[in-house]
Amino acid sequence: MSLMCRAYPFRVIVIALALWGTFATAAERFPSPDFESGYVLPTTPTPIPRAAFAEALDVGLLLVALALATYFALKMRSRKALTALMLFCLAYFGFWKKGCICPVGSWQNVFQAATDNSLAVAPSVLLAFALPIAFALLFGRVFCSSVCPLGAIQDVVVLRPKRIPAWLQHALGLMPYVYLGVAALLIYTDSAFLVCRYDPFVGIFRMSGSFWMLLTGASLLLLGIFIARPYCRFLCPYGVLLSWAAALSWRKITVTPTDCIQCRLCETACPFDCIDFPSTPQESRRTSIKRLAGFLLLIPLLIGLGIGMGPHLAQPLTRLDRRIQLITQLDREAQSPAVEMTEQSEAFRASGVAMATLRDDVKRLRKRFRKGGRFLGGFFGLVLGWKLALLAKTRKRTDYEPNRTSCLACGRCFAFCPQKPPRTRAAPHGASPRPSTEAGPHGACLEPPTEAGPHGACPEPSTEAGPHGACPEPSTEAGPHGACPRGTRDSDAK
Amino acid sequence: MSEQRPESVSRRHWLRATLRAAALAALGGFVGAMVQRGRRLCTKPGSACVGCEERAGCGLPPRATVWQLDPEKCIQCGKCATHCVLDHSAVRCFHSHARCGYCKLCFGYFEPGTAMLTEAAENQLCPTGAIHRNFVEAPYYEYVIEEDLCVGCGKCVRGCNMFGNGSLYLQVHQKICLNCNECSIAKACPADAFSRVSPTEPYLRNADGSSKT
Repeated sequence: MSLMCRAYPFRVIVIALALWGTFATAAERFPSPDFESGYVLPTTPTPIPRAAFAEALDVGLLLVALALATYFALKMRSRKALTALMLFCLAYFGFWKKGCICPVGSWQNVFQAATDNSLAVAPSVLLAFALPIAFALLFGRVFCSSVCPLGAIQDVVVLRPKRIPAWLQHALGLMPYVYLGVAALLIYTDSAFLVCRYDPFVGIFRMSGSFWMLLTGASLLLLGIFIARPYCRFLCPYGVLLSWAAALSWRKITVTPTDCIQCRLCETACPFDCIDFPSTPQESRRTSIKRLAGFLLLIPLLIGLGIGMGPHLAQPLTRLDRRIQLITQLDREAQSPAVEMTEQSEAFRASGVAMATLRDDVKRLRKRFRKGGRFLGGFFGLVLGWKLALLAKTRKRTDYEPNRTSCLACGRCFAFCPQKPPRTRAAPHGASPRPSTEAGPHGACLEPPTEAGPHGACPEPSTEAGPHGACPEPSTEAGPHGACPRGTRDSDAK
Repeated sequence: MSEQRPESVSRRHWLRATLRAAALAALGGFVGAMVQRGRRLCTKPGSACVGCEERAGCGLPPRATVWQLDPEKCIQCGKCATHCVLDHSAVRCFHSHARCGYCKLCFGYFEPGTAMLTEAAENQLCPTGAIHRNFVEAPYYEYVIEEDLCVGCGKCVRGCNMFGNGSLYLQVHQKICLNCNECSIAKACPADAFSRVSPTEPYLRNADGSSKT
């Protein structure tokens, strides 16, 4: 009872204030006091965003890491060095920077600015987008090899890589294009940054996140034990851009430091199935050109079909947009009183924005979705047609070489090649250029053999290869792991 | 092998080189155009980067936009505290002293129906005790927010807005915010109060609590 009594005055004040509040705006209820004690009003803090130099540092480190990755992969040819760099980048760009800023997502910001004239994109974001692509144009996908934190976290769990059937690989290989196209459409309509929303590993980098985000990340990593780098190969939309750039690359990673001797040792080296095997077309050149032309002619057809189907493709995607979700909910509520209000619809009603305004917005938005959908459909048609044409194309290949577009430049295949880099200077007389102890378990053949040593190295033409020696043709006595003469590889090609 | 390169290989080589040069030029041109646009937007009257003294702008491209919460739209649903990707949300309560009434009975500070106006924990509305109440002079009390303790639940903001001057409000703390493209809170916000604003105006309220927009 005494408690009630004491609380009573406050109740009165509460009621009085509630009434008062109906005719006074929040700012006017209580005037700011005039202090007599010389009290000074504290200022409201306005902490500024992280300093510009921190952004510059990130971009600088990205550049240095890319340059190092290029050097390690193309010049030094060291998987160890690449791994060390990869771990550093995983620690810095991944765990320390908490996965941001990452080039994998930055293309969205760049695309947003490219489609909206009123937006600018920060130089750091722009460079994070452009630098890996520039490097890919020159040196292949060195960014994927050891700089990308998303790639790195998957690369460390590649423990029991299994081969996937080629048809499945080709089919799944289309997924990044779908992801890229859909994400671009949702940027165009200002609906979502899809790649960031479904970034599977950022939760792990931050050691926090929603349950689904962490679960997706963990399951992709688990899957990654058996299917190497699943995100990079079958989802990453930035990888699509990089693969386009790498298709034109100036230099590229090679399995062998010198010439391929078709020893077949690298056949199983790549967990990503990126090594192209030698092949000889069985059919005449005329037939293959005819077929290729047919598929190339199919491309415009597919693009046309895609453009026609575009708006239907975009229709289900509209549900991802918050404004369209809101108006759908409001319409449902208007139709039936049984539908419960959501927080969103309640907040919208309280905000005092006219329904007509929202309707106009949504109408414009739907139009944008239809227009973007046509582009999306055309893009899908192009990708599908191009992929079919690529599959139809036959090319004569004599050597084992990494696929220009899909090779992630991880450097795993280096150790499998028995060839040693060519000497620039002749070794001193009498000294073995490369003793067999250093030549690895499979021996090595020097080419050109300037100073053939007593062990391991085979003078050309060699007739006596060591037990594991791999020698250039013509080798008559190949060991168990020895060289395979050219031209016999087609029967068991991939 | 290099001596007798088939004709098609050199053709392919040439084609690739040409396309590569074109792609590099296009990439460079695009980057240049984007930087140029950034400059143009910076020199637009009234814009300037964070910490920039001259409002005319230095002509350098602006930095990334930052997330901000519009206190006018905020309905204090409490999701800011729970939906940030950071364990300790980047949304914090800010207090505009210029707008504050320095009430003895603060509805942002006291639990409704509190028996006594003391600083005892059971009387406080703030779940983490982040608001400090200091006596200034009769009958005025100063309320100071300890930023590190605030979790951005907005309970005090709701109280202050309903019965007081609305001097307490939630904002995105720029030093803590990671500036995610896909802000988890913005996605969850029922009032659509989050928007990406220019880094030139990272806070939507002035220090006196008045709205900038």
